[in-house]
Amino acid sequence: MADFLINTVGLPEWLAWTVTAFVAAALILNVIAGGALVFIWAERKIAARIQDRLGPTRTGGRFGWLQSLADGIKLLAKEDLMPEGADGMLFRLAPYISFCASFCAFIALPFAFDFVGQRLNVGVFFVVAVLGLEVFGVILAGYASASKWSLFGAMREAAQVVSYEVPLGMCVVVPVMLAGSMDLVTIGEKQAGWFTGWYLFHDPFTFVIFWVYVTCAVASVNRAPFDLAEAESELVAGFHTEYSGLRWSFFFMAEYGSMFLVSALAAVLFMGGWNGPIPVATLLGLSEGTGDTANYFVRLIGCGNLVLKATLGVLLMMWVRWTLPRLRIDQVMTTCLKYCTPIAAAMFAGAMLWQLAFPGGIVRGLSRPAGEIREGWLEGPGGLPVGRGTLMRKSAAAGSSELLAEPLADAKSEAGIDSQNVVQVVP
Amino acid sequence: MAPLIDDDPRIIEFDVRTDEMLVNMGPQHPSTHGVLRLVLRTDGEIVSEVEPHIGYLHRCAEKIGENLTARQWIPYTDRMDYLAAMNMNLGWSLAVEKLMQYQVSERARHLRVLIAEMGRIASHLVGMGAYGLDLGTFSPFLYAFREREKILDLFEEACGARLTYSYITVGGLTADLPHGWLRKCEEFLDQFEPIIQEYHALLTTNAIFVKRTAAIGVMSPELAIEYGCSGPVLRGSGVDQDMRRDGESIYTAMYEGYAFEVAVMKNGHYPRDHAYPPVPADAILGDCWHRFFVRMLEVVQSMDLVRQSIDRYAACKGPLGEPVKLTEKIPAGDAYLETECPKGQMGFYLVSDGSAIPWRVRARSSSFSNLAVTHELCRGCLIADVPAIVGSLDIVMGEIDR
Repeated sequence: MADFLINTVGLPEWLAWTVTAFVAAALILNVIAGGALVFIWAERKIAARIQDRLGPTRTGGRFGWLQSLADGIKLLAKEDLMPEGADGMLFRLAPYISFCASFCAFIALPFAFDFVGQRLNVGVFFVVAVLGLEVFGVILAGYASASKWSLFGAMREAAQVVSYEVPLGMCVVVPVMLAGSMDLVTIGEKQAGWFTGWYLFHDPFTFVIFWVYVTCAVASVNRAPFDLAEAESELVAGFHTEYSGLRWSFFFMAEYGSMFLVSALAAVLFMGGWNGPIPVATLLGLSEGTGDTANYFVRLIGCGNLVLKATLGVLLMMWVRWTLPRLRIDQVMTTCLKYCTPIAAAMFAGAMLWQLAFPGGIVRGLSRPAGEIREGWLEGPGGLPVGRGTLMRKSAAAGSSELLAEPLADAKSEAGIDSQNVVQVVP
Repeated sequence: MAPLIDDDPRIIEFDVRTDEMLVNMGPQHPSTHGVLRLVLRTDGEIVSEVEPHIGYLHRCAEKIGENLTARQWIPYTDRMDYLAAMNMNLGWSLAVEKLMQYQVSERARHLRVLIAEMGRIASHLVGMGAYGLDLGTFSPFLYAFREREKILDLFEEACGARLTYSYITVGGLTADLPHGWLRKCEEFLDQFEPIIQEYHALLTTNAIFVKRTAAIGVMSPELAIEYGCSGPVLRGSGVDQDMRRDGESIYTAMYEGYAFEVAVMKNGHYPRDHAYPPVPADAILGDCWHRFFVRMLEVVQSMDLVRQSIDRYAACKGPLGEPVKLTEKIPAGDAYLETECPKGQMGFYLVSDGSAIPWRVRARSSSFSNLAVTHELCRGCLIADVPAIVGSLDIVMGEIDR
């Protein structure tokens, strides 16, 4: 898009980039916020169905699909209350911190091969780190509210989220290790092909660690059964007890944004990202440079794939929330420190040894060797990883044993990605 | 004031001491079952003391009872334990009948058993669902209400009201059952029976539920007796007492010929243990889990009793009998009667000077005694355990404050 602005419209380069950045930011923000509205509606409908109710039925004609929007307007119109004795500035700031942290992380999340706000060579790290910032908003909210219940909620959140960062980090490291890159686009691209190539099915350790990741992800976004920070039966409403109106809805949006984010991250890291279970596009010969339109179409499908997988993750969280009771704070910490962390560590070590023992994957031809793909990078134009068609051809042509990774190749490819940092959402 | 010297031990103590925080849980708290106020003294997440404050729902019911005739006071008993209003009606009616030495007809007796046991099922369903809510799971609450709704529909058909029935009254019942009611009731029981297994799957045997309730709020039988606990709270501690079996003759006569086993753990297992989930290994007799489980068993027991009473009621060919006059004079004297209500032993006491209006009316609430034990059970627990413990006592504020 920046190229288009510079070459066709004739804008100066800095202005073109700024405009592009704004467009990309607006796109991400609105898509995710709109998504959050849909998820809020979906949660209400799903919860209702689980509980033998109907949920919203009238707003927007049928199925109450406009209910979230109507609620949003209601919240806009509500009086903005702030408790006496609250720390005004922090109280007002807190929801925005949560909201920003949750939505910022989407910058590095690839929706399809090239559909990413900003391709980062440390994408995984960025997403996990920025998501971790969300806790600051919660702590600030609890501290600034001048309410004891809020404070309890904030303290619980702090303890919980900080603890769960540890196993979460270990879970995330495994796909990074398998792919040899922290770039989310690369990680996703490496799982191209049949679903057997997904890291979820890479080896037994990754399969187990996927479920550990799910547990930790649910805990780190504060969903039941780990929703201690807002445990309504104990802490009234936890950290957002004193919030009302739009500020409260910002917390809500942040929660749903984070839910989608961790699910999408799980999809990219373990479930092949934007690659469908069956490489339809490759089988049809669509991905191999059959023109820009076809490429664009394939990416759009990939985007749908990722959203579908992430939505499944979100639905799983909703299902769990409306089924299970809440854990107690000490049990939450036990789950983290006595189960999740050791299991994650063991699985990490296991996956590492597995890589050492079966570098080419255990079923040759189904799961493709890591070294081969790494070789493939060099073939791509401008250091970008090549499309799957090329990879398939390469794998057929060359034996896998001689294609183990070399440090040089690694360094080269990293540098190549660096120089290609900016990839537009809209070509 | 004397200046503090540097090596004053108090300074150091003040510096390192973590401060205690007083927190008000209620009366507007979502999990205090109405308008109960608990003052928690907490150190971080640990609760060192819980002090229940009551009186937010006081409506002077007892004083009103001294200005109304015995039958006129029946609607006020509805509003005591509003989740088991039928059982409240029954308790007061029986107490007055005891003083009047009144004998209801055989048909009325079986109908009373039928209605009272249905009321017990409804009450325990709410208790179970609300307990799930206390532990942070929302769905079982609505499942419980779904079934309770059907009981309320049946009650509505029988007496016209869904919550405050005033159906059982002094001298019998206000009306006989409508045609086809028994068949609907049996249909409900047939359909309800398998659903209990679902409740067991969602709560009783759920790993998180067991973690949250097993070995929490353990009450020894001695403590339970000391505090005057009754009902499922007492039986959950392993004390074998049920007014339906051990009560006064006017009450036990009602259940004469009915086969039921008191739901209490004997010799390490509950009656009908074979058909129900085993007691989890972590659970200790007298903890929240056992109190909950006793209620679940009593639902089954009550279903059994309802089935028996349906048969007996249908077999009774005699008339139902009319209730006493609204202004029936009560013989001078006093009477006290405790009945087994879903929440525990509800006692009614009345003194009469021979007129239609009782001279003195008192109610002894089971929830009141059951709530009193909170501060013993909550000592040293976590904040999250407080709703778990209070919820397991299954209190109703309307009954405590009257």
